[in-house]
Amino acid sequence: MQKYSVFSLVKNAFTNHENWEVAWKDPEPKKEYDVIIVGGGGHGLATAYYLAKEHGITNVAILEKGWIGGGNVGRNTTILRSNYMFDSNAHFYEFGMKLWETLSQELNYNVMYSPRGIINLAHSDAQMNAYARRGNSMRLNGIDAILLGRDDLKKMIPFADFSETCRFPIHGGLMQPRGGTARHDAVAWGYARQADSMGVDIIQNCEVTGFDVNNGKIEGVQTSRGNIKTKKVGLCVAGSTTLLADMLNMRLPIEAHVLQACVSEPVKPLLHNVVTFGAGHFYCSQSDKGEMVMGGDLDGYNSYAQRGNMPMIQHVLTGGLAVFPNFSRLKMLRTWGGIMDMSMDGSPIIDKTHIEGLYLNCGWCYGGFKATPSSGFVFAHTIAQDQVHELNSDFNLERFHTGKIIDEKGVGPKPWIG
Amino acid sequence: MLEIKCPYCGKRSQNEFSYGGDATIKRPQLGEEISTEDWDNFVYYRDNPRGKHSELWHHVSGCRQWFKVSRDTATHEIFDTCKMNEDFNV
Repeated sequence: MQKYSVFSLVKNAFTNHENWEVAWKDPEPKKEYDVIIVGGGGHGLATAYYLAKEHGITNVAILEKGWIGGGNVGRNTTILRSNYMFDSNAHFYEFGMKLWETLSQELNYNVMYSPRGIINLAHSDAQMNAYARRGNSMRLNGIDAILLGRDDLKKMIPFADFSETCRFPIHGGLMQPRGGTARHDAVAWGYARQADSMGVDIIQNCEVTGFDVNNGKIEGVQTSRGNIKTKKVGLCVAGSTTLLADMLNMRLPIEAHVLQACVSEPVKPLLHNVVTFGAGHFYCSQSDKGEMVMGGDLDGYNSYAQRGNMPMIQHVLTGGLAVFPNFSRLKMLRTWGGIMDMSMDGSPIIDKTHIEGLYLNCGWCYGGFKATPSSGFVFAHTIAQDQVHELNSDFNLERFHTGKIIDEKGVGPKPWIG
Repeated sequence: MLEIKCPYCGKRSQNEFSYGGDATIKRPQLGEEISTEDWDNFVYYRDNPRGKHSELWHHVSGCRQWFKVSRDTATHEIFDTCKMNEDFNV
């Protein structure tokens, strides 16, 4: 594989950039693989990468119905954080944060990791107390957290509404300085390029239409490009998980919902952190191109449509304008939607299943992007070793029977409320 | 914008309603022998279909009645709505 560096850039400049190697190949599917990953999104590509790198399993295929990176890894708001209170989440996401910090070097691909800090605004004394508690829990788990006062925030986001008579006055906030953003497409492409270089076949335009299961063991998958044998299959298909599980007669604690995001026209540098409004559901960061990247609530009803509805955009942006009134002058550039695999406790499922050789990676709710490296890492371990990694041992399917659910938000099994 | 026909008030905009989830799940009967699995299925497990979905909606900014909607989860088309004690015609 060609190494990307300033020297290769200069060298290729002399030939008008016409001789770059392809970043990944376009192979025909083989008859058999050691492991098949269904879904060429961030998690699937990362899983294949870590299977090859950490476990030496390179006879791997990624089957993608469309094109790689065309689903949620290309539709999210690119936020990275590990500001969780529960131990299972905190350890898992913090492990991921550490992978993010060196990911560009590891992949030899600039994922534009930007630890610009994520700030959760608080709008009442009670919320400040709750944030102090969460911040303390984070620090006890070795995660960085700073409690900010109103005066600190006036310096950081002076254009926010700091009037004392507004409906939701800003009392302070909780900040994770190492949180931030990364270039989402680059993450998919970087993992794809490295996985491909180690021998993984990335097979696009290949839809899985069925599974061959015999005596409780997986033996292969049926696809739009023929049948492929394998002993191990990992599902990384986010919002489409139920559609594949239906083919296996598996019922899951998951509902599909559409989540929208939007960007404004690009403007000069204004917002230097990721900021979330604490009295509604609105979050925002400014992209390197200058666009305000904004998101908020689910549309609020089951949906498999990768597009949403205007009432929720209006609702989210109303919250946004409450905290940043000057955004009212911005023009909207684009809105789009992605299908969230909303689990019933708001936490992911990374586990083995009752079918031998079938592994499940789903239930990412709003938060799949930041988990891309850690999810790939532990899922690769789960598949390669046929046992869960310490970091995903709590993200099991069994918890919906034992009651040991991980309900960070505590809203109950009603995903559209969370 | 969804246009939802409340069986009591007629067609109104989505803004007047709130969602109540899958209408097909049934709480296990009180007083009967119930397995833990039945409870788990009731609380956590859903069919989550791509296509026709029966769901509950609440006309929260209108007559405040709960009712059932049959809607396509892929196209958002609404086939029919009916009262809680009725069945869909379509």
